[in-house]
Amino acid sequence: MPPVIDLDGLGLDGGAHLLIEHALGSLRPGESLRVRGHHPALAVHLAAWCRAEGHVYRPDLVVVKGSADEERWAHAERAGQATAAVAERAKLEWGLAARGALVEPGGPALDVDWAERDHVWADIAPQLYAQANANQWNPATVVDWAAPHPVPDDIEAAVVQIMTYLVENEQAALMIPARMLSRLHPHYREVMQLLAAQAADEARHVEIFTRRALLHHDVLGVSGAGGRSSLQSLLDEPDFTLASFLLSVLGEGSFLDLLRFIQRHAPDQATAQVTMLAGRDEARHVAFGVAHTAHVVRSDPAYLSRLRGAVERRHSVLVDTAGLNKQVFDSLVVLAAGSWTPAAVARGWQEVQHLQHQMDEGRQRRLQFIGFPDDEAAAISALHTRNFM
Amino acid sequence: MSRELVLGAVAYDPKVVTIWNGFRAWFREHGVDFDFVLYSQYERQAEALLDGMIDLAWNSPLAWVRAERLARRRGLELRAVAMRDTDRDLTSVIVVKADSDLRTLDDLRGRTVATGAIDSPQSTLLPLALLADAGVEAEIQRHDVGVGLHGDHIGGERDAAKALRAGDADAACMIDSNLLLFGREGVLPSGSVRVIGQTAPYDHCNLTAGPGVQAEEFVNLLLSMSYADDQARPLLDLEGLKQWLPGRTDGYAALGATAFYDQDGGLNAAGYRP
Repeated sequence: MPPVIDLDGLGLDGGAHLLIEHALGSLRPGESLRVRGHHPALAVHLAAWCRAEGHVYRPDLVVVKGSADEERWAHAERAGQATAAVAERAKLEWGLAARGALVEPGGPALDVDWAERDHVWADIAPQLYAQANANQWNPATVVDWAAPHPVPDDIEAAVVQIMTYLVENEQAALMIPARMLSRLHPHYREVMQLLAAQAADEARHVEIFTRRALLHHDVLGVSGAGGRSSLQSLLDEPDFTLASFLLSVLGEGSFLDLLRFIQRHAPDQATAQVTMLAGRDEARHVAFGVAHTAHVVRSDPAYLSRLRGAVERRHSVLVDTAGLNKQVFDSLVVLAAGSWTPAAVARGWQEVQHLQHQMDEGRQRRLQFIGFPDDEAAAISALHTRNFM
Repeated sequence: MSRELVLGAVAYDPKVVTIWNGFRAWFREHGVDFDFVLYSQYERQAEALLDGMIDLAWNSPLAWVRAERLARRRGLELRAVAMRDTDRDLTSVIVVKADSDLRTLDDLRGRTVATGAIDSPQSTLLPLALLADAGVEAEIQRHDVGVGLHGDHIGGERDAAKALRAGDADAACMIDSNLLLFGREGVLPSGSVRVIGQTAPYDHCNLTAGPGVQAEEFVNLLLSMSYADDQARPLLDLEGLKQWLPGRTDGYAALGATAFYDQDGGLNAAGYRP
């Protein structure tokens, strides 16, 4: 006697096929299932359903199981493991399937460039992504945009120029992870998520710096050609690790000091808040860049020479450009000076010299962590763009 | 050009291009070249098959009936060489609203019966033949969508179902699988209709080889396509089958008995403009 499934009054136009499929699940192709039920169109529905599903319908409400379902999944494989470590190499044929899902073959292969763990991964990525989520903030409420504003006009002009400069840097820092994540295999989803969070962070930074720049005036500062050339050379780097190294380790790493500098010398609360908020996000971006680059170097120590080559290449491209534009540099001095007296400007000048020294030290520290010997770290740091990012 | 087989198909939906491009690539990978041409309606394709412009035709059941008659008139012979597993033993139904007092086909005498397009075997010709066999004359409300596509376009059938639901018709005709589909779509909500008539099983499309066409290599490869083949399966899914079967022609008798074509394959249905 074949097994029986009782559908009661449920029709196949109301979900009864779920019960039938559930019952067929324990049968092999060729075995029969008897269906009972009192939906008025049961026999008509069942015959049509069997035909479409590749089962044989016998007129007395008997389904002979077909082989289509087994055949569909015959060559299926899992897209890596859901809970264990990520795969060394993610197959393009896994497509957009969730990590660990059973993948039916025959779908379109992904068109992505980076499908190897050691090319994109850092063990800290999941943790950083969790941290990124925990530290989201709303630009509309977290900054006190309405606070009283005692800043003199000539200091305000320096703030506007610095904000103008920050916006163009943040725009580059937004486009780079956005480009990277579209070329990454989603098997390494924590990296993809982190890059997406990074792009969202930068989008917010663009907003807050623009908003601070326009808080009291409706005209922005200048954008120097040299600075934009420097940023363009970041956008032009096609390799994942090299782009991450140049942007996050060296560029955003230097920015950590810059943002702290602006926060420390901020003439108003809004300027201090926006730079503090952006700096917190940037620290996370730097952490991934450093961890990832170190991961690559651990798996392939010879990679250090490629990193160095990337910095040298970028330096030679930019050697004839001005780098940081004069107006930005001067504005940093004025900001730190706080007024236009000779003594104040002298102090501001010293502060900016000190800032550059701090940036250099920070870069060297990160380069050493990645695996460069001290002397090489110093040499590479010295070649970093004068535009800071 | 080399003498590869040329297959005709009717472009009832844009996916037809995807389907036959896919089949063509799959066949080429397996060492058999063929090309395909698309027709906008079945009548011209049937004539092209007889004229030798194509070697094989993916024929609707009605196109098979006509092509076979056209061939016979010329003393030629066609062969149905393959069909889908889903082309066998279909039925059509006549449904009424579940709460209506209509119980039998006889009750439809003088009532309004909604059908699909004029040339749809499943939602017009065969259910109306069922009514005629029962001696019932009803008011026919036809929904001519995709005329010339022999019912491949579902629109007419769906419109007939909607007419029933809206109360513009007392009954509607459709293929069994669309009764299920319309129920799932909500066009005819579950439990809202009752089947009062069902045709005997009949067959649907087949792949027809033209007179004298040597298509064994093509047909053998076609029949060998397996649902377990990861490259073939998406094509089979698109074309709506799990398995190709050899062609058979004894499932077209009821359709042949209708007067849609004359015995020589001439167009006989008043108002039919494919």
